[in-house]
Amino acid sequence: MQEKEILERIAFNVIQGRVEAEDEGFDGGLEGQEGATELVGEALAQGVDPKSIVLDGLTKAMEVVGEKFEKEEYLIPDMLASAECVGAAMDILSPHLVQAGVESKGKFVIATVAGDLHDIGKNIVAIMLKGAGYEVIDLGNDVPTDRIAETVRENKAPFLGLSALLTTTMRVMGEVVGRLEKEGLRDEVTVLIGGAPTSQQFAHEIGADVYCKDAFQAIDALKAMASNA
Amino acid sequence: MTESYREGVLVKPYERLDQEQIRWLDEASLRVLDDPGIWCYNERAAKLFKTHGARVWEEESASPCWRVSLPAGLIREAVSRAPSRFVLGARKRENRLLLDADVPRVYFGSGSEANIWLEADMEEFVSVSDGNKKKVRVPRFTEMRGTTALLSRAARLCDKLEHLDFFIRPLNIQDPAITPENHDVNKFFASLNNTTKHVQAGLTTLESLGSVVRMAELIAGGPEALRENPIISFIACVFKSPLQVVDDTAEKVFAIVEEGLPLVISSSPQGGSSAPIQEAGMVAQINAEILAGIALVQLIKEGAPVLYGSVPVRARLDDLHDLYGCPEFNQYNMDCVQLARFYKIPCYSTAGVGDAKVPGMQAVFEKLLTHLYMAMSGAQYIHYALGLLDRTNSFCPLQAVLDNEQIGKIKHCLREPKMAPPVLEEMLKMVKKVMASPYRLFTRHVRKALHAGDVSSPYRFETKGMEDRVLEKALDYLAELEAMPSAHLEQAMVEQIFQEAPGLLPEFGWPARQG
Repeated sequence: MQEKEILERIAFNVIQGRVEAEDEGFDGGLEGQEGATELVGEALAQGVDPKSIVLDGLTKAMEVVGEKFEKEEYLIPDMLASAECVGAAMDILSPHLVQAGVESKGKFVIATVAGDLHDIGKNIVAIMLKGAGYEVIDLGNDVPTDRIAETVRENKAPFLGLSALLTTTMRVMGEVVGRLEKEGLRDEVTVLIGGAPTSQQFAHEIGADVYCKDAFQAIDALKAMASNA
Repeated sequence: MTESYREGVLVKPYERLDQEQIRWLDEASLRVLDDPGIWCYNERAAKLFKTHGARVWEEESASPCWRVSLPAGLIREAVSRAPSRFVLGARKRENRLLLDADVPRVYFGSGSEANIWLEADMEEFVSVSDGNKKKVRVPRFTEMRGTTALLSRAARLCDKLEHLDFFIRPLNIQDPAITPENHDVNKFFASLNNTTKHVQAGLTTLESLGSVVRMAELIAGGPEALRENPIISFIACVFKSPLQVVDDTAEKVFAIVEEGLPLVISSSPQGGSSAPIQEAGMVAQINAEILAGIALVQLIKEGAPVLYGSVPVRARLDDLHDLYGCPEFNQYNMDCVQLARFYKIPCYSTAGVGDAKVPGMQAVFEKLLTHLYMAMSGAQYIHYALGLLDRTNSFCPLQAVLDNEQIGKIKHCLREPKMAPPVLEEMLKMVKKVMASPYRLFTRHVRKALHAGDVSSPYRFETKGMEDRVLEKALDYLAELEAMPSAHLEQAMVEQIFQEAPGLLPEFGWPARQG
């Protein structure tokens, strides 16, 4: 297979949201054909530049997926399937990219705060971020404040995402921000928050940087920050 | 050739009565038909019953009337000859309905013959609160007299409503040029020219039956083609409750059956006035009336396709008008559906009517209460279901659009469960796969179900903000539907109908101009 053809097929499968051969894809009926992960493996075996795979295979495809979502042609399951493709492809590509000296868009620590076991929203955000090229360090749910601050420090992470679903646990986000300040980390990290009971006003009250209504707002906010940097 | 029909929804029937209660009701109805029997104002029907073993004697009455005591054996024998399964045809073959008494496949359609067309639009007002002015949009309603143009519009709209399976003219045409003599040809033409679904109506005058049938034959492709694909059928309310056979309707029943076209034998007693309000008494009586009507049909022509038409209602106790959106309505109607199933005759049933005069919360309550229960009952053919308001007095296109959405959701809800070993195997595989993935999210796997049509959409007219904009959104959707092209008859066909089915209004001559 020519390089151009294999990159096009990777992009096609990302748009179809096909991680592997057994996935049916957005249009349906594609089971049995190679999916994004198999094609990425094949491209690497053929000596295709991993950077080209990221740029021409994955990134361009995700732009198309974003447009389709905007036009309401795609729903969240479609968007997530595509993001999962990119995430899975990035897992395969990471060592090759490191070897080639290519860096990710940055480390993003994400957690559901202490006392809260709800992680669906947080997981969706994590998948989307990974699909968008961030190195996601997911601490899971019910994560103690100390551990969040420690992970940010250890990884020198420029981004921290905090999630809570309960009105009783959302205040813990404020405690995390306070801990970051206490440890002198606050200026080093951008804090994004989200979750059903939270709001722009709440983000302001606790001193977080960005309130995200959903995963797409998180991606948009990060894009805006990157272009302003 | 594989035959295709409208899908409807195949349900697992909710049965209110047990088999013993059904037998008690059956016996009670037969006892009613024996004693006191029926008051038959049609001589031909009385004679026919007599020929087949009924005791018949003349009653003292202002109009000629015969008392008919129907032996149980006569009724049982005649009713057993009614077909359990037949087709109601349609201009578009895929819109045909397959009615099978043994298969609880539910179809929804319009109904009544309302005098009023209720037009709706949004009007802007200024709300003043604490000195702040804010524009608000409020629905306004205008009552219009039913006309052929409005009936045509109703038929065009109903053709486009995906969850409406058949069309019963919902509007009475009252143009100045409409007379009793040309009423039937014009209402059937307005319907047939604007919908590709099955068309059903009552017959205003017996004399127009020939022209109506000829019109349908032309459209269906000839006399034989019409009998094979009966694109029209008729409703005959041959019983005036309690227990009285109406003379001219009985004549229409003879004529329709002799024409070889399907019909509904419909009865609509009112619990509390023309029938007992108690469930047992109401159902025993209406069942007796319908059984006698169906027996008459079978005595006229064995095997004639007929629907068990039950429209039992309850009286309001403040004004004795019909009260539709109430629990007793569902109880009466569900019992009738079970009885029709017991006799193995497809059931024409009722839902979607209420006292609400305009679309809104009351209409939603009354309609949902009956739409849902009657669909659950497994009635094959549910009429009155779309667009009616103010009991059966108004047809509102906006309400039809709202009802269509509600019925769509009910159909989805009552679909057969996909619960079989291969499906469960697939689900177990999915669970394993997702649990082995980092985020344990099933969201990506929604897509297969989406593709299979198993995942419903949110309410079409939902509002996400702090205001209810359902009516405004439904009006926008109505405008979208009405702007879509319609499936009129070919001009040459219209001309032929003009020649062979006299009485059509001149404005029908140019369907292209009707939009």
